[in-house]
Amino acid sequence: MKNCTTFAGMHELSIAQSIVELAEEQAAKRRASGVEEVEIEIGRLAGVESQTLRFALQSAVKNTMLEKAHIVCHDIDGEGRCGDCDATFAMPELFTPCPRCGSYAVRLIRGKELRLKSIIINK
Amino acid sequence: MFMCYDHDHHYDEQAAIAVEQDILQRNNLLAERNRGYFEAKRILALNLMSSPGSGKTSLLEETIRRLKDRLDIYVIEGDQQTSNDANRIAALSVPAFQVNTGMGCHLEAGMVNHAVRHLEPSTGALLFIENVGNLVCPAMFDLGEAKKVVIVSTTEGDDKPLKYPNIFSEADVCVINKTDLLPYLGGFDMRTLRDNILKVNPRTHVFELSAAKGDGMDAWCGWLLKNLPVSAGGNA
Repeated sequence: MKNCTTFAGMHELSIAQSIVELAEEQAAKRRASGVEEVEIEIGRLAGVESQTLRFALQSAVKNTMLEKAHIVCHDIDGEGRCGDCDATFAMPELFTPCPRCGSYAVRLIRGKELRLKSIIINK
Repeated sequence: MFMCYDHDHHYDEQAAIAVEQDILQRNNLLAERNRGYFEAKRILALNLMSSPGSGKTSLLEETIRRLKDRLDIYVIEGDQQTSNDANRIAALSVPAFQVNTGMGCHLEAGMVNHAVRHLEPSTGALLFIENVGNLVCPAMFDLGEAKKVVIVSTTEGDDKPLKYPNIFSEADVCVINKTDLLPYLGGFDMRTLRDNILKVNPRTHVFELSAAKGDGMDAWCGWLLKNLPVSAGGNA
């Protein structure tokens, strides 16, 4: 169990660091004194646990412009389109078959997002 | 957009900025640089991913033995600690570079970039990038490879693709290793494993082989040669 947590947490830490770097880069470009809010979108099928990411962010923001930033995280539900019958449908799992024709030839159209959407900076 | 808030008797000016950037864009940009380099030098770069102990290094050793006289092969080894794997590859007189990720659980494009600068692979070479043994994290990080290869061994059970769908959904190729152990594995069903792989990823190409005994290695090596940007037949 201990190993599982470590494994699941490690790539979230990398992602948290990327969020901090991107947000700091944007803030520095505008000569901001700090970042007040960070808005991110995380697809539910992106392979990132948003709870773990929040936890990772708590340590990644230390001593950065994001130290006091409020994190707004939107979870994006998975949605797929069937390659055989063209139906679109909710995908709670990556291997959800088409509910209309049963095909597994499904293309994910939403749910893998890892996006820094916006930031609010203090000037 | 500008807003003014009254905080503790002084005014802070705030600005909301629409960023709309992929969080992994830095990695993705570096990966594309690697990819451009590989394409220009007509190098076939493969990202090998699996659980620890599925036989990635053994598969590489056997593949190298069979192909090293026909083309130049290079290996980047990713592990948290030790250079054991790079030493195993170097023992076959193939240039290998070990990346130790420390606490990191996956390779990133920048590490591959660094390793490639050291290795200086020749034009038309085959470059294996052996990722850190882990079925979770490596799935998310593009390294600039031409193809992603996931290796799963029969001893891991037939439901691995359902437990770790992200990595299997990214795989261009799936190698099922340790087929020589099938007679000893009571609860394992090859058909179920193949069905589970194709459920998660109907596009993937599946090979069954035993790196230890050699069964199925011809088909795998044939696929490698066929996918080289430069025909290795001409170099033989």
